[in-house]
This record gives sequence, C-alpha cells and structure tokens, in this order.
Amino acid sequence: MSVKVYVPCDAAALSMGADAVVEALESAAPDVKIIRNGSRGMLWLEPLVEVETANGRVAYGPVTADDVAGLLKAGMLESNDHKLCHGLTEEIPYFANQERLTFERVGVTDPLSLSDYQTHGGLKGLEKALKLQPQAIVDEVKVSGLRGRGGAGFPTGIKWQTALAQDQDQKYLCANADEGDSGTFADRMLMEGDPFSLIEGMVIGGRAIGADTGYIYIRSEYPHAIRTMRRAIHIMEDAGWLGTDIKGSGTTFNLYVRVGAGAYICGEESSMLESLEGKRGQVKVKPPIPAISGLFNKPTIVNNVLSLAAVPYILSKGGKAYADYGQGRSTGTQPFQLAGDIARGGLVEKAFGVTMNELLNDFGGGTRSGKPIKAVQAGGPLGGFVAPADFDMAMGYESMAERGAMMGHGGLVVFNSDTNMGSMARYAMEFCEIESCGKCTPCRIGAVRGKETIEKIMRGEDQVKNVEVLEDLCDLMETASLCAMGGLTPMPVRSALKQFPEDFMGTASEAAE
Amino acid sequence: MATLLNTIEDAKARDICREHGDRPDELLEILHSVQEAQGYLTDGALRTIAHALNISRAEIHGVVSFYHDYKREKGAAQTIKICRAEACQAVGANDLISEAEKHFKTQLDGKSAGVALEATYCLGNCALGPAVMIDGELYGRVDMKRLLSISDNHKGREA
Ligand SMILES: Cc1cc2nc3c(=O)[nH]c(=O)nc-3n(C[C@H](O)[C@H](O)[C@H](O)COP(=O)(O)O)c2cc1C
Ligand code: SF4
Ligand code: FES
Repeated sequence: MSVKVYVPCDAAALSMGADAVVEALESAAPDVKIIRNGSRGMLWLEPLVEVETANGRVAYGPVTADDVAGLLKAGMLESNDHKLCHGLTEEIPYFANQERLTFERVGVTDPLSLSDYQTHGGLKGLEKALKLQPQAIVDEVKVSGLRGRGGAGFPTGIKWQTALAQDQDQKYLCANADEGDSGTFADRMLMEGDPFSLIEGMVIGGRAIGADTGYIYIRSEYPHAIRTMRRAIHIMEDAGWLGTDIKGSGTTFNLYVRVGAGAYICGEESSMLESLEGKRGQVKVKPPIPAISGLFNKPTIVNNVLSLAAVPYILSKGGKAYADYGQGRSTGTQPFQLAGDIARGGLVEKAFGVTMNELLNDFGGGTRSGKPIKAVQAGGPLGGFVAPADFDMAMGYESMAERGAMMGHGGLVVFNSDTNMGSMARYAMEFCEIESCGKCTPCRIGAVRGKETIEKIMRGEDQVKNVEVLEDLCDLMETASLCAMGGLTPMPVRSALKQFPEDFMGTASEAAE
Repeated sequence: MATLLNTIEDAKARDICREHGDRPDELLEILHSVQEAQGYLTDGALRTIAHALNISRAEIHGVVSFYHDYKREKGAAQTIKICRAEACQAVGANDLISEAEKHFKTQLDGKSAGVALEATYCLGNCALGPAVMIDGELYGRVDMKRLLSISDNHKGREA
C-alpha cells in the first residue's frame, strides 16, 4: 500500500508554497498518495506536511519544495528523524492543548470528501435535527448558550426564536463570511478546511427557523474559500443534503454563495443584506431587526460562519455538552486567532476563560521578532489596544468588557516595542474614513477630522487643545453614529492615547520621522 | 468618445446578465463576471446591464462607486494587492509598501501602466504577513526580494 501524505490546500499553506511541495513530491515519489487537507492551524509551520504511520500522522514543517528531496532521502516516508520533524501532529503541544469542537475536522480530513466528513462525525447533527421539530432545535441551541461569533455576542438561540415566531412563508438564513477584521482568518480556514460543517449548520438553522433559502456572503478577498464552498454545495446537493425535501424530512433548503466586492462595512448585517439585494452596502436604521424584516423585507437570520458551524456539534452532542465548556455566560469554545508579530501564529480553539497571556505566550511563544510586546489589539480594527499589564485577563465576553477590551471575532494582533501607537490611532481613523458607508456625518466626517487632528498632535501643534478636540470628536462618534463602525473607532484611538500618550506627544522632530 | 461608447450595446455583458436571469439582486455577481471577462467596467457594459436588469444608470453608478473592487478604467499589466491592515503593519507592511513604491516607480493606489500597487485591508493571512495577492493567488511573509520574484513569476505566466 502506498504511503499517505497530507499537504494542506488552505490558502495560508498555499501562500507559503504548498502547491510547489506537492509538485516536488509527485515527481520525486510518484507512489505516495497525496491528500490535500485543510490546515491544522499551526500556521508558522506551513506548509505542514504529514506522513501517515501506524502510530498516527507525523508532522514536518515548514517544508519548502527544495526540502522535499532531502526529506525523502532522510527517510521521511518511514518517519525517520529530521530537523523539520515535529513528531506526531496531535502530540504537538500547540495542537494537543486545544479544545477543538468547531474545528474538530479542519486539517484532519479532505475538505471535499463527504465520506471523510461522515467518518469523522459529520452529518450526525443534521440527521438528528431532521427528526426534531423546529422549536426543539431552537431549544437545543438555547441550552448551548451559543453567542454570535461575529462580534456582538448576541445569543443565537434567542435570535432564532424571533425568526421562528414570524408567521411568513418566505424566510432567509445568511452566513456572514465577510470576515473583514485584520487578525482574523477562522471563517476562511473553516470554509476551506471543513465546508460541509457550515452547510450542515445552515440546513439545521433553515429547518429551525423555517427558511428554505440560504446565502453565504463571502468577501472577494477569499477566492479559495469561494471555490471550496461552491464545490461543497454541489457535492451536498448531489448527495441529497441540500435541495427539496431533504431525505424525506419535508425540509427544503437551497444554498447560494454570493461574493462581496471589497467593502468592510458589508460585514455589518444590514449593509450585508443591502449588498445581497444588489445595492450599495449602506447601513439601515433598526428597527425593524432583520429577524423580523430583513432580506427582501422577509424575516432573515444573519449569523457568523463560526456561529453556524458550531451548531452541528450542539445538535449531535447536545447543547449541554457544548455549554460544559467555557466560563460564565461565555459558553463553549472560541477559535482564537494569533496574528501580527507572533512566533507561533495560527488558530487556537479553546474554551472561553483561557487567559490572553496563555494564548500569547504559551501558545504563541511571544513575538517572532524577539522584541517585547508593546500592545495587542483584540477584537479587530474597532477593538482597543491591550497593554501587557492586562494580559492576565480571561478571554470571555464579560471578562474582557470589564477591562475595556472586546472579544470581537477572536483575533489578537500583536505589536512589538517598535510600534508607534499614535500612528496606529491615526490608522484607525483613516480606516474608518476609507470604509465608512457614508450614511451618517459623525462617522463620515468625524473620521477625516480625527485623522487630521491626530496628525496635528503628532506634529506638535497645539497639543493640549487638539487632544481636547480629539476627545470631543470621539465622544460625538461614540454617541451619534448609526453603527459600530463610527461608534467604536474611538476605542482603539482612546485606548492608545490613554496608555501610550508619549507616542502622540513626542517632539515634532520625532513625529516627523 | 465617452458618449459614443455610451450607445454601444455590450453583447458579453448582455449574455452575463441573461445567465443571471436578469435579476437585479445579482448585480454584484454580474459586475464581477463582466469585470473578470473585460478587465474593467466600460460605459457600454454599465448601460447594457442597466437596461437588462431594468434599473437606472444612476443606481448602477451608485453601486459601482460604492465598492472598492470595481474598476472603471483599464488596469495595469499587473496589479499587486498589498495588505496594509494592522496585523501586516505589525510585521513591516508599511516598509514593504514604501520599497515597492520606489522600485516600481508608482504610488500605492496610483496609476501605472506596468505594475500597479493596490492597498487591500486584510487577506486572511494575518499570521504570515506581510501578505500579498496577485491574480487571486495569496503569498505570505513577503519581503521586497520575494515580492520581486513573485511579480516576475506572474509576469512569466501572463506573457
Ligand atoms: C462595521 C461592522 C463590521 C462587521 N463585520 C462583520 C463580519 O465581518 N463578520 C461577521 O460575522 N459579523 C460582522 N459584524 C457583525 C454583524 O453585524 C452581525 O452582528 C453578525 O453577523 C451576526 O452574527 P452572529 O450573531 O452569529 O455574530 C460587523 C458589524 C459591524 C458594525
Ligand atoms: S457609523 Fe459610519 S458606517 Fe455606520 S452607518 Fe454611520 S456612516 Fe455608515
Ligand atoms: S492583516 Fe494582512 S492579511 Fe490580515
């Protein structure tokens, strides 16, 4: 029997030359059976090549095409030692110390093999859900305590209940795969590594709320995820897990991929729904909430990819099993993403309650540059900067809010001591200027003024007065913006100014550098 | 010239609309497909799409101008998308951008006939920054040396 070798087709692995590794392997060892899996999430080791052995899969990484000949010569296929060898993949502490529920199969299976999916527990949740009444499905999700992973952390079961209660023939379920926050890539990895789990979660959701049509709105920056999701949908259709009267259950669910067009604001749900209607992605005033009147004015649920992908586990193992993980009202697990200047960047799925310090140091290994960490931006571009004194904080919705930080989509971006936090605050305003949908003045104009004011402060112009101007502007943006784009941009700005004033106030000559 | 083009029916755009059932809610998909086929969105294409979907030209212009992806002019021979979002900044994206601007004698988001540099805000490769995308292919840990070799590599394939 030929040896099985796994080389990921995840975009991050491809970005480091995974395809060239496959070519080199194919020509040097034509007998090996190469499987393209998702990524295990240990991104600093990508391309991470795994060789299947009687004891499990043995990991080598990062492997370049040039390494292949040497690895084969050193007996890689017989799993001999080599400097790129890390032993059994599942015993690498980074991987072994996680609690992988949502990402259970990512990196393990061939993403587009439905039989692989089923062998590893896939479709169990849906099979169960198809025998349950909609209310029973919603109840199970409520028991799990699952909260939206898109940023706001709203309880998913309660949202679904509202949609279920609407007495309308046409309802919609939309997966938000706009993942625009810098430092986040979990949605992408899930769609590329285990697309069937998102589809399974959506069919369950469709049955629960009574929606027969679903959309996955994927940002155009993710061409690999778009391709994989489209193929996965075809496979599920052919197998009868999507379409009319699924497996004789009476549930009909048709699913479509829609591609964004480069607008961060389209991650905001009302903007996303406008975009799905073929319009400008302008934010809409609530109420009505989408669960009552959303896409084409019909009841619509918008959920983040990770919220929906958590549902198959909840149905198959029970809401209680999910709720056993986590801390307080932050139940279950969060796929955290370690990014920026970090030695071991990647995806870490852990129960809520893990500390930021454990993520950054035990998992992440500190900075890649070797310089000290100056600050971490948690929760994306609208999240505040956390200084090392606060790294003992537990990661959870409430525990982070208590320290003025935000969970967001679970991304942590690490900045080293070379970073000027005044520049980062300026960038936060600039990003808001570029990505504002333009609907309300505090955001549209405020961001431009904010950027200019920070520049003035950093040039040393009238610093006391301009800091006051900046604070006033932040107050205005926070209180008078229609959505969190304008409303939360002051978070990173203020947290930088408060904790690192010297980065703003430095002498004019310093700032001009 | 513009007014002349304005009256031209774009057969390709018409076909693409038909493939999408002439549905206005599929406008973004239609614009993506037309742009992929023709490189950018011509006046003729927009006029044809507006007609096929039965929406006003003002509406379609509103949509095209809202989204960063849509281009109204012919692009450069090669466009390099460079991520300038936070996680890539944390590992030197700004330096990479300055060096690339100097090397290719162009500005980020400026015009260029040869190689154009386009700012992008996160490519989902934030643990392996600086990240870059060319022709839909993603690259990680990009420094200037690697950027030049990637760029040449793609030029070879485009030729
Ligand atoms: C400016 C802005 C950007 C957002 N971007 C995203 C995004 O990229 N992905 C996402 O799932 N939610 C995003 N959200 C949150 C959505 O509006 C919405 O709360 C979420 O998709 C609901 O799904 P959930 O309940 O499963 O979290 C964004 C919100 C705002 C204000
Ligand atoms: S806060 Fe900004 S992005 Fe949000 S609605 Fe207002 S202008 Fe649009
Ligand atoms: S911040 Fe550059 S790829 Fe995400």
